[in-house]
Amino acid sequence: MDFDKELDARGLNCPLPILRCKKGLAEIENGQVLKVMTTDPGAVKDFQAFCKQTGHELLSMEQSESETVFHIKKRAA
Amino acid sequence: MAKKLALIASKGTLDWAYPPFILASTAAALDYEVQIFFTFYGLTLLKKDVSDLKVSPLGNPGMPMPVPMPNLVQMIPGMESMATMMMKQKIADKGVASIEDLRAACLESGVKLIACQMTVDLFDFKPEDFIEGIEFGGAATFFEFAGESDVNLFI
Repeated sequence: MDFDKELDARGLNCPLPILRCKKGLAEIENGQVLKVMTTDPGAVKDFQAFCKQTGHELLSMEQSESETVFHIKKRAA
Repeated sequence: MAKKLALIASKGTLDWAYPPFILASTAAALDYEVQIFFTFYGLTLLKKDVSDLKVSPLGNPGMPMPVPMPNLVQMIPGMESMATMMMKQKIADKGVASIEDLRAACLESGVKLIACQMTVDLFDFKPEDFIEGIEFGGAATFFEFAGESDVNLFI
């Protein structure tokens, strides 16, 4: 999937992946896509909750053995 | 309008330093407006240097230990420092943020940190003991924000 910015949050634990993601979203334009790579097992639920509450769109979530990769589209305003 | 979170941080140990700063920084990331009111031992978390925060296994039967350790052993001088060292090592190994980092994240995202003026006086702390950018206030100051908050927690 296409993305505009990539963020490596692997090895980080709660709440750092979310905090980094928030920062990453601040650095891209509205409607652009941020790719976040994580290893924190809690991130699966946390990123869904983050998007639900902030209005950013969770485009995809790919889970492999030890990693989860998220694509998040920054909300319009 | 943004949701609001009001926290009271009343404890000054390494382990209990985490909940207020984790919740506050995360809430700020979720676009909450956040205030933390630091009172009694919680004031320690506003000191310039928080590297000397400690965790004590003494009288804490819930703390996971590698080997069973009776209180009588835990009171031996140096045990607290050892437990603190082990905890800090674990924190680093597991990719958990340091208190310094979480506090910085809070300040950066606009979380308002308020030191309880009464406890500052009680413990003879000086304004210069604390980090920059905090405010001082009393119970009424806390309620001004807490009264209109969506979530209020005492930690």
